[in-house]
Amino acid sequence: MYESLFSFPGAFEGDFQRLRHELDDLFGAVGMPTGIRAVAPGTFPAINVGNLPQSLEVYAFAPGIDAAKIEVTVDRGVLTLAGERPSTLPGDNTKVNVYSRERPSGRFRRAISLPDDADPAKVQATYRDGVLHISVARRDAPVPTRIAIQ
Amino acid sequence: MNKDKELTTTPSTSPATTRDAAADTRFVVPRVDVLEDETGITLLADLPGVPREHLELKVEGDTLLVEGVVATPMPQELKSVYAEVRVPRYRRSFTLSRELDAGRIEANLKDGVLNLRIPKQEHARPRRIDVRAG
Repeated sequence: MYESLFSFPGAFEGDFQRLRHELDDLFGAVGMPTGIRAVAPGTFPAINVGNLPQSLEVYAFAPGIDAAKIEVTVDRGVLTLAGERPSTLPGDNTKVNVYSRERPSGRFRRAISLPDDADPAKVQATYRDGVLHISVARRDAPVPTRIAIQ
Repeated sequence: MNKDKELTTTPSTSPATTRDAAADTRFVVPRVDVLEDETGITLLADLPGVPREHLELKVEGDTLLVEGVVATPMPQELKSVYAEVRVPRYRRSFTLSRELDAGRIEANLKDGVLNLRIPKQEHARPRRIDVRAG
């Protein structure tokens, strides 16, 4: 019911969408501890993290960025992606009316803590259609050695 | 009697498929910047993950519809741990005013950013009227 009432574009859209999302997030898990590096909902860029048997996959939805200028670093078990999105809005002295300014711009940084078996030497990152895909391979599981009893 | 029995039996579409159908039409409203200058309107939309072949732009009457499907390749066995983007579809529509020339829209999609240029009709552009001294 709420989806159909509040999903129309127009003056109210931003406020109701935000309220709905905040309510979803709040009442989803009240009182549960959040990640120490958790950010406010709607932070740019949005991130999806998934598990594969051999790797951890991170997808950052960051359109309009120069791939050469994104910094992806792994330090002590924390994967950090940082960069800057230049603003495409005109300066003040041009004869342009700005009706809508929803797209975020400026510096951004997201941090994800990696599991213990993530191998920081095996990180691959690709940027395509505005999605930064980072793949962190896991260390090969140690083979249990058999010890002969004398 | 027979008719009543038919009404009380479960409908042909099982709940699972209606839920799937509902999930297919769920969408995220993408963020846009709208700028107007003397010659027309520029619309910039954030559509990360949408390649050109999954972008739909439609003008029906005076309504402009932008729709895109996220087609970032993800392996089938990927198990989601944390997802801020849960619906892989963007959709937003705009009502265009009469002085915009919808037939001459130029669209460019690069790195997930859609850049639409909607020019104004010739007669609607601002004109300077010379005043002659009487």
